[in-house]
Amino acid sequence: MTHYMLAMHQPDEGAPSADVLAEVMRRLDELAERMREAGAFVLTAGLQPASSATVVRSEAPLGVAPGEFLMSDGPFVEAKEHLGGFWVIEAPDLDAALAWAKQVVAITSLPIEVRPVAGLVR
Amino acid sequence: MPDAQAQAALAFRENHGRAIAILARVLGDLDLAEDAVQEAYVEALRTWPRSGVPPSPAGWIVTTARRRAVDRWRREQAGRAKASEAALLFARGESEGAPDGIAEAPDVRDDQLRLVFTCCHPALSLGSRVALTLRLIGGLTTAEIARALLVPEPTMAARLTRAKAKIRDADIPYRVPPAHELGERLTAVLAVVYLVYTEGHRGTSGDELVRVDLCTEALRLARELADLMPGESEVHGLLALLLLSEARRPARTDAEGRVVPLPAQDRSAWDRGLVDQGSATLRRAREIGPPGPYRVQAEIAAVHDVAVRPEDTDWPRIVELYDTLLALTPTPVVRLNRAVAVAEVHGPDRGLAALEGVELPGYRPWHVVRAELLVRAGRVDEGVEEFRRALECPGNEPETALLRENLGRLTGRPGGQR
Repeated sequence: MTHYMLAMHQPDEGAPSADVLAEVMRRLDELAERMREAGAFVLTAGLQPASSATVVRSEAPLGVAPGEFLMSDGPFVEAKEHLGGFWVIEAPDLDAALAWAKQVVAITSLPIEVRPVAGLVR
Repeated sequence: MPDAQAQAALAFRENHGRAIAILARVLGDLDLAEDAVQEAYVEALRTWPRSGVPPSPAGWIVTTARRRAVDRWRREQAGRAKASEAALLFARGESEGAPDGIAEAPDVRDDQLRLVFTCCHPALSLGSRVALTLRLIGGLTTAEIARALLVPEPTMAARLTRAKAKIRDADIPYRVPPAHELGERLTAVLAVVYLVYTEGHRGTSGDELVRVDLCTEALRLARELADLMPGESEVHGLLALLLLSEARRPARTDAEGRVVPLPAQDRSAWDRGLVDQGSATLRRAREIGPPGPYRVQAEIAAVHDVAVRPEDTDWPRIVELYDTLLALTPTPVVRLNRAVAVAEVHGPDRGLAALEGVELPGYRPWHVVRAELLVRAGRVDEGVEEFRRALECPGNEPETALLRENLGRLTGRPGGQR
């Protein structure tokens, strides 16, 4: 069994209407339930808009305690699409993970990046 | 035996895919399988000149490679707590039946299919799929693949390493896909074989028009797939297409290596044996399934191959077939080829009309077709401009030379200078 992150990338602009969004959320809840029943569900998180993000960084190299921290307003990468939410699932192989991803795509019509997890601490 | 080394090279090349397929299952790891076959090869180079080529080279390779893998595993695991795993692996390997029979066992076909579908998994880029297929199934060395695909060797080595790492890290399964996924997965496999052939047949760059190794390799892969999946219509369609195209290869270049366009080819030089094989394969494809894109392209190739003279070509039939192909794969390139056939039936103006809405700037064949149709329609100045644009596009040297010649003839100046 391998853990995979299904990362949902969504455009910053042009969110669907509240009605449409409510239906999408309802179907995603159902999907999470199916994942749980199949023993695939680990966790999921939906994120606030990327514009609400703050990036913290320091100039200090690895292994050196930072003297000061820098803050910047907005997401790490300036782009028109950002991570909008993600799932961590457990699946026997990539094909099984891709099958879950296809279900997310079918509900959200958004691209889903499927990435194997190297280590998961719970 | 002086040529035992050459025989070893040939035996390993021919049996590479089968050996890797079996060992990947037994060892559970593609990298281990590849290393083991490599070690067996080194041993063959050492021992075959003395002992002679074994009666079943395939069986010898698998048995030897498996022993080497177990030896190595034991060596590497010595001192670690995992020695028990080696024992397990060894037991699993040894219970596989008579060593020399292993490469001929019926489930080897399943192993080979598993390897094909793993190397051609759609989660891998087409370039990675091609590289993995040529390396693991075709048994080509990294250097040979790099040379054939005109990529620096370190780049190709890195591509192969990355692809194998993805198979391992993302856990791409080593199995034949279930029936409901087979269509999509088979498309990914056939695209690889087709690309290997087209790269060999019409290199997008380089000095030679035909790079023999890739065409031969693609044919070998297609034959193997047809053998492994006898019930899949499109597999036979692709094999037929390659055979019917390959049949014309002897006439595609002249003695100086210059490209000869289809109407000017010496049709007596076409390989009748390959035409017959291709036609028989095409009949098989028709028997077992509905038309797919490869089969329809094979039908088109067959119409060309049976025409004794260029003027005997059944162009109306070709237009019909392109209509079918367009319905299956509505791409601009198919519309471009259809326009050529339309021009043959109804004249250059109708051909140009069929090109309306097809915009492929920078794609050399688009410019060449437009140029030729414009010239034939009497719009020579526009045709000359289009030939000049074609020359600016990337393409192989023999094609470029032919274009310069055409342009020179039209402008009355060698090379078509302004």
